[in-house]
Amino acid sequence: MELLSGADMIARALHDEGVEYIYGYPGGAALHIYDALFRQDKVQHILVRHEQAATHAADGYARASGKPGVVLVTSGPGATNAVTGIATAYMDSIPMVVLCGQVASHLIGEDAFQETDIVGVTRPIVKHSFSIRHPSEIPGVIKKAFYLAGSGRPGPVVIDIPKDMTAPTERYEYSYPKKVRMRSYSPVTRGHSGQIKKAVELMLKARRPLFFTGGGVVSGRACEALTDLVRRLGFPITTSLMGIGAYPQGDRQCLGWPGMHGSYESNNAMHHTDLIICIGARFDDRVTNNTSKFCPTAKIIHVDIDPSSVSKTVRADVPIVGPADAVINEMISLVQGRELANPEALAAWWTQIDGWRAEREGKLYEPAAPGEPLKPQQVVEAVHRVTRGEAFVATDVGQHQMFAAQYYKFELPNRWITSGGLGTMGFGFPAAMGIKMSYPDDEVVLFTGEGSFQMMMQEFSTCKQYGVGVKIINLNNQSLGMVRQWQDLNYKSRHSHSYMQSLPDFVQLAGAYGFRAIKVHTVEELEPALEEVFRNKDELVFLDVYVDPREHVYPMQVPLGSMRDMLLTKTERT
Amino acid sequence: MRHIISILLENEPGALSRIVGLFSQRNFNIETLNVAPTEDATLSRLTVTTVGEDKVIEQITKHLNKLIDVVKLVDLTEGSHIERELMLVKVKALGAQRDEIKRTADIFRAQIVDITPSLYTIQITGDTGKLDAFLAAMQPVGVLEVARTGVSGIARGEKVLSL
Repeated sequence: MELLSGADMIARALHDEGVEYIYGYPGGAALHIYDALFRQDKVQHILVRHEQAATHAADGYARASGKPGVVLVTSGPGATNAVTGIATAYMDSIPMVVLCGQVASHLIGEDAFQETDIVGVTRPIVKHSFSIRHPSEIPGVIKKAFYLAGSGRPGPVVIDIPKDMTAPTERYEYSYPKKVRMRSYSPVTRGHSGQIKKAVELMLKARRPLFFTGGGVVSGRACEALTDLVRRLGFPITTSLMGIGAYPQGDRQCLGWPGMHGSYESNNAMHHTDLIICIGARFDDRVTNNTSKFCPTAKIIHVDIDPSSVSKTVRADVPIVGPADAVINEMISLVQGRELANPEALAAWWTQIDGWRAEREGKLYEPAAPGEPLKPQQVVEAVHRVTRGEAFVATDVGQHQMFAAQYYKFELPNRWITSGGLGTMGFGFPAAMGIKMSYPDDEVVLFTGEGSFQMMMQEFSTCKQYGVGVKIINLNNQSLGMVRQWQDLNYKSRHSHSYMQSLPDFVQLAGAYGFRAIKVHTVEELEPALEEVFRNKDELVFLDVYVDPREHVYPMQVPLGSMRDMLLTKTERT
Repeated sequence: MRHIISILLENEPGALSRIVGLFSQRNFNIETLNVAPTEDATLSRLTVTTVGEDKVIEQITKHLNKLIDVVKLVDLTEGSHIERELMLVKVKALGAQRDEIKRTADIFRAQIVDITPSLYTIQITGDTGKLDAFLAAMQPVGVLEVARTGVSGIARGEKVLSL
């Protein structure tokens, strides 16, 4: 067997695990590892400009590819800078392995230079964490970390590596385990057949059924099976924000997404349904509104791989713990050859749903006339047209995120990349960067706002170094739009700290890094500018679009109300 | 309702903090907590008593099970079980009270394990209610210090919590 130092074991294990990219930033405690990376050419290291960006880039890569994202940071501030990205991945169940340097073992606990108890700091926001206590543990721990991150309900795993564990002078036998078994961890591989039968019987008898699916269907690679099941049954489907793209959004059966800024027809359908078939979604508070008024007439089938998600916020009538693909496939085999008990009720349900659709058609927003300030919604629609709905779309957080989710229609899964659970401003740019590096032939669009973008704009430099051609659409309303909207609605338009008096000239800023940037104010300027933005797939272009700062995101659910209680415009409500 | 949850836990550094952290992170209640190694050196047994509605207890057990270091757990209060707690208590013991305290301790099957001219140190085991009752009985003479282990428990009969 080969003798390797701990640092070389890490580099080798990452390669044996099939890792292509590792996003990171060097520092004292990680230098042995960085030296090992220098002496190999199998795993490509991407040098970001801030550790938070490393985690978001790895996260974007993971969401697009389905494979765990990998991060390498040093101890202390390197590790604490990564915390927001770890929390973002945790909230959205994204597989990620974060390797953190640590001060040498004999210094731990002595407040040594750049020492932080990162295992302690990240404990509530990881699926699991490890501290290396002997270099010989490294291959086994890395194997376990990737297994844990990617299996069951995915999530981030932190590995804390004291500097002496990677010392070049100490060498141990290296072999990468082929398999891993953990007595305390065995994710379920199928659902309970009796429960699935019960669920299917309810589905066949339902009068006003509704599929409600989430990120679990996307990460569980069950989108094709889901589409098959939904089409066989002819039921309407609404996907959570995290589940967008699991079912083609242009399809008649798709009602969009539900919740605080969900579509009118989705929220109404949720309120009136008699059976929710929930798969891989977790009924979070931005979906349910007031749980005591949530879906008063519905029975709930809840399929999730994580038992703790079931009956956490709303009680499930038929709980099914299992992976989405296995459960959906079992459902498909059970509905085959069966007839719906109430086809006429389903037809009437569709008539009702089409009625809701018709009520809001053409009334969602008013596009700007020539010469007027652009509406953010029409910018998203224009980008959708130009990219034919096929781009990877990353977003930051705020109004632009909701507009992107509402007006960019996805036909494919893994293309909608957004921080849904944690709502992390600054997520989008590094995430887009991570995606573009692994999908260089695809268009990668970032919808951002001038607030979010400034949180991670140092990554211009990374994009320059690696020639990353993401297309940045900055919906610039010169204010923190979502904060401003809440202040308009709840604080008599007292815009406390939600506007920016000292915005940079983004064209010059991008220019300082050698990137092309275009400023756009009106609808006449928009189309030619977009053509220029998307002319060359490999070039980063920054489009600074000035949009109407007074625009609000609607619909917007009324706080503490039911699903169907919504503000529809500034003057109308349900 | 009060529940006693017994957990077999990997004997790994930081495993205990994951359990304690989970309770504070998710706003669950801990009344008592007790942890020690088992006959298997790779496992610790941890017993926690908590109070909550059924829905909350269900979430507690689900989240505990989700922790990678948790190998197995049982809610002892779901079945017939034995629970014990050990308490050491120092009470003021002067003059005529010394006999009276001894008699009370005998009634509770408690033992005096150390004495000084002015105080007794008493050891008592039992369920939480018995220990509370003994403390109440000692209040008039003056309780100086109390050390309780927290509840430990085990199922009655053939049921065994092991790998």
